[in-house]
Amino acid sequence: MKRVLMICAIITVLTTVGIVWVLFSESYTFFQHVSIWDFLTDTKWSPVSTEKHFGILPLLSGTLLTTIISMAIAVPMGVTIAIYLSEYAPKKFRYYIKPMLEILASVPTVVYGFFALTVVTPFLQNYIPNLSGFNALSAGLVMGIMIIPMISSLSEDALYAVPKSLREGAYGMGSTRLQTSFQVILPAASSGIIVSIILAFARAVGETMIVTVAAGNMANLTADPRETVATITAFIVNMSTGDVPQDSIEYQTIFAAGVTLFVFTFILNSISFLIKKRFQEKYD
Amino acid sequence: MEKLSIKEKKLEAINLDVYYGQKQVLKNVNIAIKANTVTAFIGPSGCGKSTFLRTFNRMNDYVEGFRKEGDIIIDGKDIYQKMVRVEELRKKVGMVFQKPNPFPKTIFENVAYGLKIQGIKNKKLIEETVEKSLKQSALWDEVKDDLKKSALSLSGGQQQRLCIARALALEPSILLMDEPASALDPISTSKIEDLIWELKEKYTIVIVTHNMQQAGRISDNTAFFYMGDLVEYDETKTIFTNPKQERTQNYITGRFG
Ligand SMILES: Nc1ncnc2c1ncn2[C@@H]1O[C@H](COP(=O)(O)OP(=O)(O)OP(=O)(O)O)[C@@H](O)[C@H]1O
Ligand SMILES: [Mg+2]
Repeated sequence: MKRVLMICAIITVLTTVGIVWVLFSESYTFFQHVSIWDFLTDTKWSPVSTEKHFGILPLLSGTLLTTIISMAIAVPMGVTIAIYLSEYAPKKFRYYIKPMLEILASVPTVVYGFFALTVVTPFLQNYIPNLSGFNALSAGLVMGIMIIPMISSLSEDALYAVPKSLREGAYGMGSTRLQTSFQVILPAASSGIIVSIILAFARAVGETMIVTVAAGNMANLTADPRETVATITAFIVNMSTGDVPQDSIEYQTIFAAGVTLFVFTFILNSISFLIKKRFQEKYD
Repeated sequence: MEKLSIKEKKLEAINLDVYYGQKQVLKNVNIAIKANTVTAFIGPSGCGKSTFLRTFNRMNDYVEGFRKEGDIIIDGKDIYQKMVRVEELRKKVGMVFQKPNPFPKTIFENVAYGLKIQGIKNKKLIEETVEKSLKQSALWDEVKDDLKKSALSLSGGQQQRLCIARALALEPSILLMDEPASALDPISTSKIEDLIWELKEKYTIVIVTHNMQQAGRISDNTAFFYMGDLVEYDETKTIFTNPKQERTQNYITGRFG
């Protein structure tokens, strides 16, 4: 039995190593054709047109745009819900609402994608005239809703873990409930909440289906949420499902984009890991 | 024990019964505590000392199933009346807990917290109060150069004195302490004891303790509780040398022996 467990562990590690290996070796060939400098500074991304450009910035901006929109929804909502659940909600309510929130997180993302495309966008078009059929705004909003449970659930755990003695200390000094929540409990749980936000951010950066379906696939260096954009993930999906020949430079762009995404989320995860470590030290 | 006139009574419990759900934890407790004295609550674990102490600042309000009959009077007013705001009450009746519980903020912010939540913005006033409170709690000399450091970086004994300073910053007239030195080393404990002795000039102090010597050293009066009954309440030296109740005698000698 011990053997089996070990083999499982080894398979997992090997797979990860394999993925990273392929990612880096394929993009190595890519970077022999395109300089890293061009990759990072060229403002156009058009690997399949006749006039080829390989600047990652438009994809990066598309990714950041949808991510930031989603975070603008998910962070305030998620943290507010967490505070409500841990500090205000009656036990019973908390008991029922928590699983329901988690259902939100288990809806397949393609469903969210079509919801954004066929419901949210037409609805928003009533109010925002220049809104494209595919746009960063709807995709970001819906992605934000999808991410709320991730933030609220992890943040609530962090709030709930704040020792009871701190609550008593605050009440004992004449704090109201609101003051206790926002001035004592929230700061005490801040590292846990920040971790939840970073993980959610990484999730949004890596989210694929919603943006592929609803944000479009037009690499576009813009900060305008009404426009069609392409995220790194959406580009990878479109490129892999298209019919580019293997070993062509077009094909290798997938890996270059993949590496960018990998580095990005790796950094985010490392930051959250470091914060988590500091957090544990503090409360031991 | 001398009889107190109405004016001399700072704290009073009249026919107090307390229940948690079905269970009765305090039985018809009557006590009157004089201003500027130190009163010790002693008794075996689970006899209701903490519960009683917490009725004076209504910290039991949050406990599920809590119910009381009888009255708690502070400065002549029934504090359980509807019109009383607990936030106001707790500014007047400060509390120090068994385990030091500084907020995860700086030393300065901890002591300034009480003023901040009252909406006081005057920087000079806040600084003065912080300094004064830390001096009163005999912590100033140790931390005056580190006010911006996290309170969690202090030692346990220092944290507890910080919690005392934090309570004093609100200028309460009563200080409730629930085994404030039980988690501390002997040196920190003796510092806290000295402090209590000094503080009684300005405050009325009620302290729960499991340490008989401590009760003997620092308190003017002592109340002995046993299974929810207030068995005996008298001057500390009487309780320790010449108790009237056999149960008190047994408890005290058992502890010393
Ligand atoms: N939150 C609560 N819910 C239900 N019962 C409680 C609660 N807190 C205390 N009790 C019960 O009330 C009784 C008195 O408890 P209390 O904490 O006042 O005792 P204590 O004298 O302070 O004991 P110790 O010396 O151990 O601190 C105990 O039997 C305890 O089990
Ligand atoms: Mg107790």
